[in-house]
Amino acid sequence: MATQNTRTLARLMMAPSVVVLLIWMAVPLAMTLYYSFQNYNLLTPQNVSFAGFFNYQYFYTDPAFFQSIWNTLLLVLGVLAITVIGGTAIALLIDQPIFGQGIVRILVISPFFVMPPVAALIWKNMIMHPGYGVFADIAKFFGVQPIDWFAQYPLFSVIIIVAWQWLPFATLILLTALQSLDSEQREAAEMDGANFFNRFIYLTIPHLSRAVTVVILIQTIFLLGIYAEILVTTNGGPGYASTNLTFLIYRTARLGYDVGGGAAGGIIAVVLANIVAIFLMRAVGKNLDK
Amino acid sequence: MGSITLKNVQKHFGEAKVIPSVDLEIKDGEFVVFVGPSGSGKSTLLRLIAGLEDLTGGTITIDGKDVTDAAPAARGLAMVFQSYALYPHMTVRKNIAFPLKMAKMEQAAIDKKVEAAANVLNLTDYLERRPSQLSGGQRQRVAIGRAIVREPSAFLFDEPLSNLDAALRGTMRLEISDLHNQLKTTMIYVTHDQIEAMTMADKIVVLNRGNIEQVGSPMELYLTPRNLFVAGFIGSPRMNLLTGDYAKAKGATTAGIRPEHLTLSKESGTWKGRVTVAEHLGADTFLHLDVEGIGQMTARASGEFGAHHGDTVYLTPDETRLHRFDDKGLAIKA
Amino acid sequence: MARSVTTGAKIGWSIAAWVVALLIFFPILYAVITSLKTEQEAIAGFSLIPSGTFENYITVQTQRDYFKPFMNSVILSVGSTILALIIAIPSAWAMAFAPTKRTKDILMWMLSTKMMPSVAVLLPIFIIFRTFGLLDSRVGLTIMLTLINLPIVVWMLYTYFREIPGEILEAARMDGASLWKEIVYVLTPMAIPGIASTLLLNIILAWNEAFWTIQLTTTNAAPLTAFIASFSSPQGLFWAKLSAASTMAIAPILILGWFSQKQLVRGLTFGAVK
Repeated sequence: MATQNTRTLARLMMAPSVVVLLIWMAVPLAMTLYYSFQNYNLLTPQNVSFAGFFNYQYFYTDPAFFQSIWNTLLLVLGVLAITVIGGTAIALLIDQPIFGQGIVRILVISPFFVMPPVAALIWKNMIMHPGYGVFADIAKFFGVQPIDWFAQYPLFSVIIIVAWQWLPFATLILLTALQSLDSEQREAAEMDGANFFNRFIYLTIPHLSRAVTVVILIQTIFLLGIYAEILVTTNGGPGYASTNLTFLIYRTARLGYDVGGGAAGGIIAVVLANIVAIFLMRAVGKNLDK
Repeated sequence: MGSITLKNVQKHFGEAKVIPSVDLEIKDGEFVVFVGPSGSGKSTLLRLIAGLEDLTGGTITIDGKDVTDAAPAARGLAMVFQSYALYPHMTVRKNIAFPLKMAKMEQAAIDKKVEAAANVLNLTDYLERRPSQLSGGQRQRVAIGRAIVREPSAFLFDEPLSNLDAALRGTMRLEISDLHNQLKTTMIYVTHDQIEAMTMADKIVVLNRGNIEQVGSPMELYLTPRNLFVAGFIGSPRMNLLTGDYAKAKGATTAGIRPEHLTLSKESGTWKGRVTVAEHLGADTFLHLDVEGIGQMTARASGEFGAHHGDTVYLTPDETRLHRFDDKGLAIKA
Repeated sequence: MARSVTTGAKIGWSIAAWVVALLIFFPILYAVITSLKTEQEAIAGFSLIPSGTFENYITVQTQRDYFKPFMNSVILSVGSTILALIIAIPSAWAMAFAPTKRTKDILMWMLSTKMMPSVAVLLPIFIIFRTFGLLDSRVGLTIMLTLINLPIVVWMLYTYFREIPGEILEAARMDGASLWKEIVYVLTPMAIPGIASTLLLNIILAWNEAFWTIQLTTTNAAPLTAFIASFSSPQGLFWAKLSAASTMAIAPILILGWFSQKQLVRGLTFGAVK
């Protein structure tokens, strides 16, 4: 489609973004890798020495490490379960003929646009607060002892907040996918004698599966990096009860000033994220070929 | 002026030699049609002439000037695309005026030319509309208008009618032929539809896998196809190609006889066949037959020749109209 | 479309949908209501009817200088998005209209940079920023946000540009348009809707980015994310004021978000779902 001239020009035009991203990707990552093999504490910056695999060993043997991995896993899976199941249900509901569909849609997607610190603080103070929150008000109304959510179920509370933020995303994507279901296909199925239930099983679900895959993969990328919600609600506690890997690395690096340890944790996080990324890239890459 | 010469033109896409080597001479004022099945390289050849693709080898000259490395706009050609390629955000007037504006023509002169073109193409009432508000045929005319105003040395058409319905296609065919008669400018027209080729062309170039199979006037191709490919491609319904004993008896590997050169009878004839499908078009009836000892054949009967599925019919070929081909598929000269 | 639905069924579905929608929206609504209460009302138990005071909004400005982080948010999100667009538009144009065998690989690689966990490069970035005096500076943070969102910007633009038929650009070339004129008269007008959508979505993403904005700022360059996060350790009861600050922080982006629903799906799924 292109002549030699345009091709040369195209390369020039691509150069800035490629170069910028290359630097952005390579330099800090190389530094992290380097630091992960160094004894380097920001409080004693004059004593830098080669550490071998000590930082990895240190990070690996820290009991908080396994708890944080476990918490990360629970956080990701918990949010995914809520958002995918809830999102499918809500998308199906909104796709029905209803009054004021546009407004319903707007209300449902709104939480996605709320910045994480605001979302977390609204839930912490106004919904889940053991003294003055709405949940406490409801409990008191029924004469039940209110739950101190962040003390008793810290990780679960974080899951609820994050799920609330991501439910709109899942809903919106699944709704878009639902609405792209060819109506002639649906009519053909009806002519073929498929009832509502059969159509759901044989048409809707296969049609949605691709969107669900995309939702799961993209959310996972973002959910692995959950940070602000934990920072403003539980600060990772009590103990390490709601500390995920991202938060643990932040703690080690910024609060413990341990550059080497934080870097080793960072490399572990990169490996984890890459495993997910490989799957995501495949899903997206397929779409490019069509 | 608009004479175009291709010399040893080659185009490779990586390993694929889409155009191995093409030589072609197009005279000024000719209406040339490139015809061939999809993948025959006809569009690529047109785009090479337009300058939208680089040549891998060879030269292209327009009016004696080598334009092999010239930019598309510098070649003085205008192109009408298959999708019309109108600018969706511009009105019809601005669409037609665009090439003139690019040539930095004065606004008054532009207006005059646009009005004139709109007049010729019956677009005067639509000048302020956007392409999305026009029908397919109108869009097509706007695309042609945009080409006309440039007063190019040659027009290039890339399957311009393939997005129109059958009735409109017939009308536009006439309009384009008419335009050629008025402007007398060279036109190169790409199509896969041999009817378009036959009805419009002064000269048809039949392409197959990037090679020119034959160049000639429509009647030349119809009467004396140079090989099996052209014989099978030109003419509708397709020529019956017979192998076996009958061909051998005529001293050929393959014998070809067109459906319209078979005489039909209900009583007697050279071959006996059974009608599998009868297509009644009114004036004509096309009979698809299962012929004893030969197989599937097609014959043209007049509309009055009543024949239906299952009837037995006798066929006699007009042997003066027989085409003979050797084992390489080339026509045997009589 | 094809068939009418019974009114009864429609009412049933509508009630269900509205209940769900209001439950999901409730926390936001309650924050807005609380922002119009006095501090006493805010802790006095559940109530949906505030006394309607705007006191909190004024207090947030006078006591905490709300305007400063707000302006930082505006500057950072708009600035980083425009910077990203400037870098990304030529590149997406090239990939959409002059694709080569490697185009796909480059796109995938760009996407992969988005998948690098931010926390993994927290320290190097922190050290680089400290070395160059970029900590707590708008310039530094703008660069950061540009880098983070650049892959999404390239991808979104690419999917929009790809939908512009190549024949139109060829027609412009045949019509004698130089590359520059082709861009000005043909490509840009056709690409503007896509560019606008990209702009919108990325302002939203940059506005809500809450890792780097919190990590790399203290006071000077702190946008609303960092400002609000600083309220996490409460001194005294201040929920009405916090609600007022929160409402102001999310209102503009919520409205932008409502306009960009469709683009959101496309942008965040990298064109995999349309």
